[in-house]
Amino acid sequence: MSTTVEEVSQSQSASAITSADLEKGRTFEGTIGDITSPDARMVCRDVDVYYGDKHAIRGVSLDIGKNEVVSMIGPSGCGKSTFLRCLNRMNDTIPGCRVTGNISLDGVDIYHKKLDVVPLRAQVGMVFQKPNPFPKSIYENVAYGPRIHGLTNNKAELDELVETSLRKAGLWEEVKDRLDQPGTGLSGGQQQRVCIARTISVSPEVILMDEPCSALDPIATAKIEELIDELRENYSIAIVTHSMQQAARVSQRTAYFHLGDLVEVGETDQIFTNPSHKLTEDYITGRFG
Amino acid sequence: MNNQASNASGGAPAKRTIDIVNASLKRRYAAEKRFRFLGVGAVILGLLFVAILFADIIGKGYTAFEQTYIQLPIDFSPEVIDPVGSRERDTLSRANYQKLVRDALKAQFPKVTGRGDTRELYRLMSPGAPQQLRDMVMADTGLIGTTADVWLLANDDIDMLVKGHIDRDVSEVGRRVKNQTIGWVDILVEKGMLEKRFNTVFFTNGASREPELAGIAGALVGSVYTLLLTLLFSFPIAVGSALYLEEFAPKNKWTDLIEVNINNLAAVPSIVFGLLGLAVFINFFGVPRSTPLVGALVLTLMTLPTIIIASRAALKSVPPSIREAALGVGASPLQTQFHHVLPLAMPGMLTGTIIGMAQALGETAPLLMIGMIAFIVDVPGGVTDPATVLPVQIYLWADSPERGFVERTSAAIMVLLAFLIVMNLTAVLLRKKFERRW
Repeated sequence: MSTTVEEVSQSQSASAITSADLEKGRTFEGTIGDITSPDARMVCRDVDVYYGDKHAIRGVSLDIGKNEVVSMIGPSGCGKSTFLRCLNRMNDTIPGCRVTGNISLDGVDIYHKKLDVVPLRAQVGMVFQKPNPFPKSIYENVAYGPRIHGLTNNKAELDELVETSLRKAGLWEEVKDRLDQPGTGLSGGQQQRVCIARTISVSPEVILMDEPCSALDPIATAKIEELIDELRENYSIAIVTHSMQQAARVSQRTAYFHLGDLVEVGETDQIFTNPSHKLTEDYITGRFG
Repeated sequence: MNNQASNASGGAPAKRTIDIVNASLKRRYAAEKRFRFLGVGAVILGLLFVAILFADIIGKGYTAFEQTYIQLPIDFSPEVIDPVGSRERDTLSRANYQKLVRDALKAQFPKVTGRGDTRELYRLMSPGAPQQLRDMVMADTGLIGTTADVWLLANDDIDMLVKGHIDRDVSEVGRRVKNQTIGWVDILVEKGMLEKRFNTVFFTNGASREPELAGIAGALVGSVYTLLLTLLFSFPIAVGSALYLEEFAPKNKWTDLIEVNINNLAAVPSIVFGLLGLAVFINFFGVPRSTPLVGALVLTLMTLPTIIIASRAALKSVPPSIREAALGVGASPLQTQFHHVLPLAMPGMLTGTIIGMAQALGETAPLLMIGMIAFIVDVPGGVTDPATVLPVQIYLWADSPERGFVERTSAAIMVLLAFLIVMNLTAVLLRKKFERRW
């Protein structure tokens, strides 16, 4: 009995915090910390996203550098996934979604009117929250990207590319004998690694990961995290995660989002040991979220 | 939980939750049982009616697959067939084969004299019997001058008598077959010269005024042509429209309006489509009337909404994650649709198509408007030949007064149902082939 009452009061106080935060968010003064990266690949300045009338993210500026993992954390609905999906214009597929501001990849404005999104998405790959292999064979899953872009000249080259992609995704040893079996028949963690192999098979510049481990068990998660660390050598990675431990483990820089604002950016160590903003501190110490 | 319950009742001796649950269980299970009983009852009732339907149709129709034939020793006399001896096809086709049949009959019953009786005797045979002989001679001129035993079609009255559809106990006045004729039939049966054989005529002939000469071939071929064309026209258009409306078209007032109209079109009485076909296809575009082509165009209009609605539902059921995955590796929207979404939606689209086609197969009303109710003897050789379709043929036969058409109507329904089952089976097999899990 007594525990129930306590729980209720706790949840009430939690909701009290969020409504107060809403007020704070409206008088937001600006991002704390260094948003720039010395070797920036993607540069975002004053990005606003609207879903119809709803202002989903406000004036976000952030760089994603070469060979670094930038993690984005924050409570649900804070706009971190929305921001991530701006980076390869995946938001275009959502009706009523409008993006303003400036996002460039290697100096090219990706929201330019004449920019073709197909090559952009080949350059900025994406791994989704739920593993979504095509209902085809493992081989076909990985070979699909190179095939539609015409990256290889013959079957042997394609075979090799599929193998290297699966090797990079750390899956080759597990599936090399059953490449012709459906990708949907694998375990969740293996499926997610097939999706990663599929993403890197087209050699993107940047990989976006939207909570790639949220549907996986701890062992599969550990494998993926290891993989992210290896992939950093060749790619720039932006990862959205709900797990602060994961952000601390895999990323070099961390960005904290709150109700559509980018509150604080900094070195991961600094954010998790010595956050500057009160909201960041509250979130990482588990006061809410 | 228990504490809460006691608090709610204000501290009075508490009734335990589990007791309340137990008390309601009986009522809940009874409701479940009732529902299950009603369900089973409904299924049994449905199956019973299907069984009655099938038993009735098969019971009435199975006799149509047999036909009464009379064996006559035919003398292919050269004097009658080809008196000049030229063996020209023209002469052979115009010869008086009726005389051959009549002579053979007279030879069998030499005692029959007098005009009336002879005419009765001749009426044992079908008007199609001379035609049978002509076909034989045309196929093999060597027959001329020989004598051969030939099984010839009996008249439909004789057929009905042999099959027991004409009651011998009824007084002669009220009976289509006279006592004298029954006597002849009995003699022929005794001699083994009259028997029921498999009715090939039913499957090879077109329509006819004579039941024994009427067949399903014309309508069957007409139905096949019409349905093939309907499928050819409607499937690509419907899948294309569904794909465009569901995946590419902007969502605005115009597309909403189109959607509402498509849904309404699915409920428009089919005869209206027939009128439209008459006005637009025949009168305006000059498509030849009574043909499978114009029939297919009208049926396409009719089936399009059905297939479009089913296809859109199938597209909606494809998980969006598949689209995101394809777009994420840089597939263009069209590639995304054709490589991933369409294959996954295909089973649902095929189901919709087969429902539409089954509807088209059984449709009569719109075809009446475009002249496919015409009496057509020839089996259509192409999509621009005049033709009729199975349901129209059934309708025409059901309307005919001769007793022989009753069994043929049922038999034609059986053929129609068989056609439908084959079509559905194909659809199921195709579904199995395309079906994928995700």
